Amino acid sequence: MKKNVTRLLALAALAPLALTACGGGGQSTAAEDVKELTVLDYYNNEPDKSHVQKALDRCAGQLGVTLKRETTPGKDLIQKVLQRSSSRTLPDVLMLDNPDVKEIAATGGLSPLGDYGVDTSGFAPGMIDAATLDGKVYGLAPTANTLGLFYNKEMLAAAGVEPPRTWDELKAAAAKLTTGDRYGLAFSAIATYEGAWQFLPFMWTNGGDETDLTGGQVAEALAFTDGLVASGSASKSVVNWSQADVRDQFAAGKAAMMINGPWQIPSLAKTPDVKWEAVQVPVNEAGQTPVAPLGGEVWTVPQTGSKAKQAKAAELVECIASDENQLALAKERFVVPTRTALGAEYAKAVPEMAAFTEQVANARSRTGKLGKDWPKAATVMYTAIQLSLTDQATPEEAFARASAG
Amino acid sequence: MPTLETPVAPGGVSPARAAAPPARGARRRRASRERLVQALFLAPAGLYLVLFFGYPVVKNVLMSLQEYTTRTFFTGEAPWVGLANYATAIGSNLFGPAMLNTALFTVGSIAGQFAIGLALASFFRKRFPLSGFLRSMLLLPWLLPLIVSSATWRSILDQDSGVLNGFLRGVGLISEPIPWLTSPSVALIAVVLVNIWVGIPFNVTILYGGLQEIPEELYEAGAMDGATGWKAFWHITWPNLRPVVSVVLVLGVVYTLKVLDIILGLTNGGPANATQTLAVRSYQESFVNFQFGVGAAFSNILILISLVFAVVYLRLNRRAVDE
Repeated sequence: MKKNVTRLLALAALAPLALTACGGGGQSTAAEDVKELTVLDYYNNEPDKSHVQKALDRCAGQLGVTLKRETTPGKDLIQKVLQRSSSRTLPDVLMLDNPDVKEIAATGGLSPLGDYGVDTSGFAPGMIDAATLDGKVYGLAPTANTLGLFYNKEMLAAAGVEPPRTWDELKAAAAKLTTGDRYGLAFSAIATYEGAWQFLPFMWTNGGDETDLTGGQVAEALAFTDGLVASGSASKSVVNWSQADVRDQFAAGKAAMMINGPWQIPSLAKTPDVKWEAVQVPVNEAGQTPVAPLGGEVWTVPQTGSKAKQAKAAELVECIASDENQLALAKERFVVPTRTALGAEYAKAVPEMAAFTEQVANARSRTGKLGKDWPKAATVMYTAIQLSLTDQATPEEAFARASAG
Repeated sequence: MPTLETPVAPGGVSPARAAAPPARGARRRRASRERLVQALFLAPAGLYLVLFFGYPVVKNVLMSLQEYTTRTFFTGEAPWVGLANYATAIGSNLFGPAMLNTALFTVGSIAGQFAIGLALASFFRKRFPLSGFLRSMLLLPWLLPLIVSSATWRSILDQDSGVLNGFLRGVGLISEPIPWLTSPSVALIAVVLVNIWVGIPFNVTILYGGLQEIPEELYEAGAMDGATGWKAFWHITWPNLRPVVSVVLVLGVVYTLKVLDIILGLTNGGPANATQTLAVRSYQESFVNFQFGVGAAFSNILILISLVFAVVYLRLNRRAVDE
């Protein structure tokens, strides 16, 4: 009896080990005939999830494969990718947010699309920059997004204000539109990358550069946004507002204008009595070209060890980024096709996206210059913005203090 | 306290058995078999500790001595860098403020949670209609996911349209809205207040349990001698509650040091780094900047501080057993 108990205990102790051994699973090097591809992306919410699913299904049909798709919340994607790369279970097709592509490509986990003869010409240069490391392109984005200035048509008409085109006009308009518990302008200056991203249009348009954050043009851009908050045209709460909070303020009529992206359009449709239009982010002096940051997701082909599957995966990436899918996805998701030749046709079909389409053509990628060092620069940027907006430092000294770490 | 009873080892050698020895060889065989059984009883717990506590701690220490980046996950290469990560962590400008904030956050949270928790526990000692129901309602903050509570508090504390400022203005306590989460000088206080709210259920529950253990006769006898109200609390309740108090405080410190979700949800370490703590630094270095080595260094410093309090806890506990 006692012996039996002992044996049972020993078995119980060993069971977890045995289970983990089974769980690993081997990566089979598939034969030439690829029947199935695995896909990982972060479109886990409706309606985006089904829009992307439709595009994937179209391509799977053309290529004669079935897809096993997994979606994960955006904030978990990188952790998942890192876990999967250490356990050698990366999917055949992986979607990444564009500023992460260089970081992941630098680990050696992605394979360059040139190896499979994928044509990468004709895309918005910013998007190719974001996906390029050491001269090799690692992924394609079917669509892109960027920032613009949304304004409440009725409020501007009531105040007799024209949509602003320059900083001076924006400042005057914001001041004039601020009444009671309504602010003229809302934007996000939160202590995350969102805060840095929203500052970029002002910084870049003014000639500032992320490689020299202590430069005068960067400080000038910060002085401008700082002035909007100091004068009361924008709420002091901007230091704690995410872009979704900014949209909520705008949708609730508590802000007459906002800096935000077209991905907010579906949510804005839920408050149909807020009539809005969008223009490009104002520039410092008339005649300057507005340069906004480029957002959007890039589809890549991880190194999975199976050459045949990787080649098929590259075909899938090429198909997702085809003209047909670009236009379909752009129309459904309120994003902009990355093939610049499609811009005019798209802007005609979806007029509320005209300003954003124009902006994408000149938009710049966040990681284009700094690559892996972008997170550090973005941290310096949002810290400096917060130091300045909370009066801990003047706009001139904020970047020096923030970059001291 | 029931938990402080000396444990009786199952299958342990009882003195009576050992005193009656059979033949020598049989005894040795039996002793070794019993030792084997003892070891097997311990094995699951030991295995669990090694897998889920030992491995992560060792891995974390190793990671803090390596240049561990995103690349490491794919290539497995993590060059040895000695104490460089600790130098980076301690040398950064944010280390001092983060240490100070961690201390202020912990002390403030514990003081508030404990004072309010003890007051509520004493209050609920008196039975009154619906006291059981109210006491269980108090557990609510504990039942809510922290990410939900912090999102809710974020909207409550909003400077312009938050309910709290609206209420304070309504009753005429303030004329200008308080910048709860948007001013570097107020944000830490706001975060502490929310954490106090989160921690009250834990304090009430444990302290209430401790109060139940105090025999009613002591109060009756005290009342005879004129010890009522505050006097009764000071001379009867407090001395009898002391072992429970030390447990609550030490566990509270260990739980509070590592608080991360509430701060991330409310301020994300801002505004202007005003709510950076060691836990936030560790998270941001690892999962925002992908500097896993530096993040591990921060978390090891945090573990070390927790360890000091854990040792204090164990010593207090042992003394309680000895008494």
